[in-house]
Amino acid sequence: MGPISSLISMPEWLDLLIALLIGIGFGFALEQAGFSSSRKLAGMFYGYDTTVIKVFFTAAIVALVGSQFLSFFGLLNLNLVFVNEFYVTSAIVGGVIMGAGFIMGGFCPGTGLSALSIGKIDAMVFFAGGMTGAFLFAETYPAIQNLANGAYKGPLKINEVLGISPGLFTFLLIAAAAGMFWIAEMAEKRFSRPDITNEI
Amino acid sequence: MNPYIAGTMLGLVLLLAMFISGRGLGASGGLKYCMVSIVGAVDRPHADKSVFYSKYFEDGKKPLKNWLVLEIAGVIAGGFISGAVSGRLKLKIEKSPRISNTRRLVFAFLGGVFFVYGAQLARGCTSGAALSGMAVLSVAGFVTMIAIFGSAYLFAWFFRKNWI
Repeated sequence: MGPISSLISMPEWLDLLIALLIGIGFGFALEQAGFSSSRKLAGMFYGYDTTVIKVFFTAAIVALVGSQFLSFFGLLNLNLVFVNEFYVTSAIVGGVIMGAGFIMGGFCPGTGLSALSIGKIDAMVFFAGGMTGAFLFAETYPAIQNLANGAYKGPLKINEVLGISPGLFTFLLIAAAAGMFWIAEMAEKRFSRPDITNEI
Repeated sequence: MNPYIAGTMLGLVLLLAMFISGRGLGASGGLKYCMVSIVGAVDRPHADKSVFYSKYFEDGKKPLKNWLVLEIAGVIAGGFISGAVSGRLKLKIEKSPRISNTRRLVFAFLGGVFFVYGAQLARGCTSGAALSGMAVLSVAGFVTMIAIFGSAYLFAWFFRKNWI
């Protein structure tokens, strides 16, 4: 029963080779989605291009449904898959800071890397800014340590908080995504900007 | 590519990472390890003294020999392959015709600073916290996703001249 890394003790080189190969798939998918274009990504926030929400929720649902099927058939032990730990304050404050960075830079770190790989100079500068941001975090860490580690709730799962089964939550999420996709299609017509979308 | 097909492809890559390595995808974490490695090379005594950096060098560890670093190296390679296949390899600054190159690059830099600072605080960015977090039903994933997109919508009005 997977994950495979828990079944066999992998030598370090194999673990790192797998990381590289998964990264290649990740970068390929991001670039094929059109995420190497900041003007396409920013379209999400002005309505003229909503690719972001379509790709993002489709991907989350495919992985969510896929992992639950694998678990159902006894192929994957979900207790051994990493679940993000919930630090209430830092998740919210960090998220708000990220949103500001998103609308200023037009990229998130993953999409920035995919844009940089095809020669976007603005993405290379975004990357330099990202390294600077990581450095500033490291240097200011002693001062914000309490904020960063406060309100710790552990690796909390949303279906447990709501008191429903993972399957039911997944079904509700799919229904919500379908509704959002419909709104996204409407928004693209309502806020259509052919001058921008023809260029990107 | 059709966004729903690209999304399915991205979801399958994420599922593969969960199935093989028991973890999600990430991007900002890899940047952090690269930065830590540079700091260690430039000023090792500073790194050893710091509560933040020292843990990455304990027991002779090398920050670059890390899953996330190899993963983002792969992201760059994969993006390049995709760009080559689709004929999109081109050195250029992408921006609205209404703004100057300098303005675009200044905001790109600032965006990077903000995004990765926030990602360190939230322990992951759109990939590691929001996308991968949602796929394992973590509350942190959903909260971070709502905070990122909500805040970007909130600030979109102030930066509209850069884009529309």
